[in-house]
Amino acid sequence: MIELQNVHKSFGSNHVLRGVDVSVNKGKSLVIIGGSGTGKSVTIKCILGLVKPDQGTIFVDGQDVNSAERDAFLARFGMLFQGGALFDSLTIWQNVAFRLLRGRLKKPQDEARAIAIEKLRRVGLKADVADKFPAELSGGMQKRVGLARAIAAEPEIIFFDEPTTGLDPIMSGVINDLIREIVVEMGATAITITHDMSSVRAIADQVAMLHEGKIRWSGSIKDMDQSGDPFLSQFINGRADGPIEAVR
Amino acid sequence: MTAGLSVIGKNTLAALAALGRVVLFALATLRHMVSGPFYLRELWVALIQIGWLSLPVVGLTALFTGGALALQIYAGGARFNAEAVVPSIVAIGMTRELGPVLGGLMVAARVASSVAAEIGTMKVTEQIDALVTLSTNPMKYLTVPRVVAATLAVPLLVAVGDAIGIMGGYLVGISRLGFNEAAYIKNTVDFLEHWDILSGMIKGAVFGFIVSLMGCYYGMNSSRGAQGVGAATKSAVVAASVLILAANYVLTEVFFSA
Repeated sequence: MIELQNVHKSFGSNHVLRGVDVSVNKGKSLVIIGGSGTGKSVTIKCILGLVKPDQGTIFVDGQDVNSAERDAFLARFGMLFQGGALFDSLTIWQNVAFRLLRGRLKKPQDEARAIAIEKLRRVGLKADVADKFPAELSGGMQKRVGLARAIAAEPEIIFFDEPTTGLDPIMSGVINDLIREIVVEMGATAITITHDMSSVRAIADQVAMLHEGKIRWSGSIKDMDQSGDPFLSQFINGRADGPIEAVR
Repeated sequence: MTAGLSVIGKNTLAALAALGRVVLFALATLRHMVSGPFYLRELWVALIQIGWLSLPVVGLTALFTGGALALQIYAGGARFNAEAVVPSIVAIGMTRELGPVLGGLMVAARVASSVAAEIGTMKVTEQIDALVTLSTNPMKYLTVPRVVAATLAVPLLVAVGDAIGIMGGYLVGISRLGFNEAAYIKNTVDFLEHWDILSGMIKGAVFGFIVSLMGCYYGMNSSRGAQGVGAATKSAVVAASVLILAANYVLTEVFFSA
């Protein structure tokens, strides 16, 4: 279980998170939605410790993330970055097996490569991409490789940062289905941030909407359409007029 | 009046804060250097990139500098009938000063820029964040191998540059200035001391450290977008070059002031 309590974060005079309270149960999939610049990425980065919150506490399975031993803590996570964030100096299989080639999860090279190829197959890529470099792949393929890397070490918790941004609708559908399948089959806890409503409907068990640095609405995906919340309703229906200002 | 003073004060404070950040970054690098894990493959790649691939540019720089130095010393020496000093002054000038300084500056241009651009691009494309989420410390994985590699490689580049520079002087000496081949070499060897060469190589190690450190520092602190990476690259080269010249003065003062 992941729980954020009253998390605040400012960058200079920009008060991005203003007391975020949200939680997700083990094995469930939470999708955080919200407009651009509302602090969705910062929220995830706070959980991972990439950004240090100014105030508030974050618990993972009841343990305060600040007191956790860093390596062991991070070994439980996998993350798919918005742009893939593949290492361009390494081949595809070395990217996927990055964690298996060094550190506490180190395995022999042959074994790591075999796992990488298996994970690539899991995300729908053939073994012949293994020895290519990231720059030789299309955006959609890079996203899949990023997904394969995120799941390579069988993490308990997976974060997806805008998994469908920049992809065509069909590829978006493919990635959404893959995320759903993988999360279910691994039994992982997932947090996804997105503003793509097709992702929300495909991936979410629970939905939380971030607005002006706070959770505006949270609940089950079933209740999202009948929430009665004008902010949420405007967002999910993509209306220009409503309580959320279109020009921010 | 007060506005002017406040601008001076603000800039001074900003400069001191920047200096403090660089020093903290250097200390963090040194700390990570002595505690594992060590990424030997990264170190090897960095040695090739920084050391081996810099050989042509350092070699060419030294060759032309040695040649020009011989011409200048000959012309200057002729004013008081001291043309015979050409071999020894070329050797001392190359090993103590021009080898390390020009070698360091060429490496700064080549390496500080590429390191800053590479790490800066990694930063803006979230590859540095990705490293952290993959339980890998970016300081250990990116900074330490590059800084260690440059600190080891630049002294060797300086030694090679010294030899090529002296050869440049020799070629000009025998072909243009009428020196006897054997006499030129004997003169060079007789007057050159071990310390001349060693001091230049120590300078090279310090310059190598500076170059890679600046590349990594500005890369890691690059701001977003192409403009951020461009600014980081420029700052890395400028800072590395100025620091090399400043460090050269300090080291020369320490090594050679009577």
